[in-house]
Amino acid sequence: MATQTDSSMKVKLILAWGFVGIPLAWGVIQTIINSMKLFQ
Amino acid sequence: MGMLSFLDREHTIAEPGFSRWLVPPAALCVHLCIGQAYAFSVFNLPMTKLIGITQSTPNDWKLTELGWIFSIAIFFLGVSSAVFGRWVEEGGPRRAMFTAAICWAGGFLISALGVYAHALWLIYLGYGVLGGIALGIGYISPVSTLIKWFPDRPGMATGMAIMGFGGGAFIASPLSVWLMSKFNTSTHVGVAETFIVLGVVYFFFMIVGSIIVRVPAPGWKPEGYTPPATARKLITKNDVFVYDALKTPQFWLIWWILCLNVTAGIGVLGQASAMSQEMFPGHITPVAAAGFVGLMSLFNMGGRFVWASTSDYIGRRNTYFVFMVLGFFLYCAVPYTGSIGSVVGFVCAFLVIISMYGGGFSTVPAYLKDMFGTRYVGAIHGLLLTAWSAAGIFGPVLVNYIREYNVTHGVPKAQAYNTTMYIMAGLLVIGFICNALVRAVSERFHMQPDDPRAHDVMATATPKTAPVGARA
Repeated sequence: MATQTDSSMKVKLILAWGFVGIPLAWGVIQTIINSMKLFQ
Repeated sequence: MGMLSFLDREHTIAEPGFSRWLVPPAALCVHLCIGQAYAFSVFNLPMTKLIGITQSTPNDWKLTELGWIFSIAIFFLGVSSAVFGRWVEEGGPRRAMFTAAICWAGGFLISALGVYAHALWLIYLGYGVLGGIALGIGYISPVSTLIKWFPDRPGMATGMAIMGFGGGAFIASPLSVWLMSKFNTSTHVGVAETFIVLGVVYFFFMIVGSIIVRVPAPGWKPEGYTPPATARKLITKNDVFVYDALKTPQFWLIWWILCLNVTAGIGVLGQASAMSQEMFPGHITPVAAAGFVGLMSLFNMGGRFVWASTSDYIGRRNTYFVFMVLGFFLYCAVPYTGSIGSVVGFVCAFLVIISMYGGGFSTVPAYLKDMFGTRYVGAIHGLLLTAWSAAGIFGPVLVNYIREYNVTHGVPKAQAYNTTMYIMAGLLVIGFICNALVRAVSERFHMQPDDPRAHDVMATATPKTAPVGARA
């Protein structure tokens, strides 16, 4: 039972961090691409 | 109120087995959305062509009129965080996040109506007033919850959330430009539709955050964490009532520290593009300057996490000493980098300065927690954010007006910012003195266990579950 709770919490953590992490990573990548213009 | 009882603090107490690492993404759901405020300027130019479509007509709005939207929003951020701070603290994070979501989405929808009707006052009311209230409530909503979940690393925890506020613009800026390009037709520029989509998407995101968020059960502490038996010199174990904090010199010293640190950063942040091109004519092109601004925003965001996390190890006061001393030398060095034509030196100096600007925002909640305890830290943080509103006026005024004065008095453009840099360095000296004066709060301000003013549900609620079991 404890293992089941553990794995369900792991799934929740992955989903929650993915929910905010993926859009943030996309935004950061866009900004890095734009920032590279400084070195061109 | 039964229907909305799920918003109450007592319904957000964590069940056994809940991981505290779910709380930072809940906070980020809110901060990434309200961080859009930093990217609002992408709408300014399109909104000057709502009638003319391809170019502005005399009936179109002017940039100066549109500039007020952001200013009103930041003003109401400060006001609402100060006014609603105690309500946020006592009502719990879910109610605050839910309210912020409604205000934020409502602000966008009213603004969309304002664009359709070409009524600027509706945008002032929507994005400015309602959006500003969402900014204030949303900004402080997860702060004390995070501090309670991470008593071992409060700086890192709040740094993560406030990093999201810096990162929100990274998502909002390209997303808004992309949406406007999709809705843009020969008859309208697509701003209203973009506002509607953003309002709906942000509402969804913020509601998810409010569903995920939990407060720890009374008495909970992370596994393996032993609170220090005795209070350290600058870390209290007592709580100070929100309005009593205003009576302490510590509150006003930290208010000035934040205000001065933000003033020094916010002025150059807004003028970075123009400043870099004017100080290095021919070396930094407009395209390169745009890249420089992007790099600065990355350091602004990264600094929020890195500096706040560092403060858990070196202490809050020492972190601000680093900001003030390092900032002083870097501001003094900027004119020198201009005089020797060192673009690399200029860029590096400003990247570190901007990281400390972000760090100033993210370290301050933990500084307040050290001084005033955890019970009302969110509300006290709300009161402190008025320093941000004040800095939002001081910073740009200092940079713009001093530059203008210098240029009209014959100073070459490349050197027009030198005086401003030295003034910024001077402000940091005052900040250093304020920081040096910070001492532990006097015992007479500490709350007593039977204080009748304290209406904190957490202190009296019977938890649905035992405090044990919630995981670190």
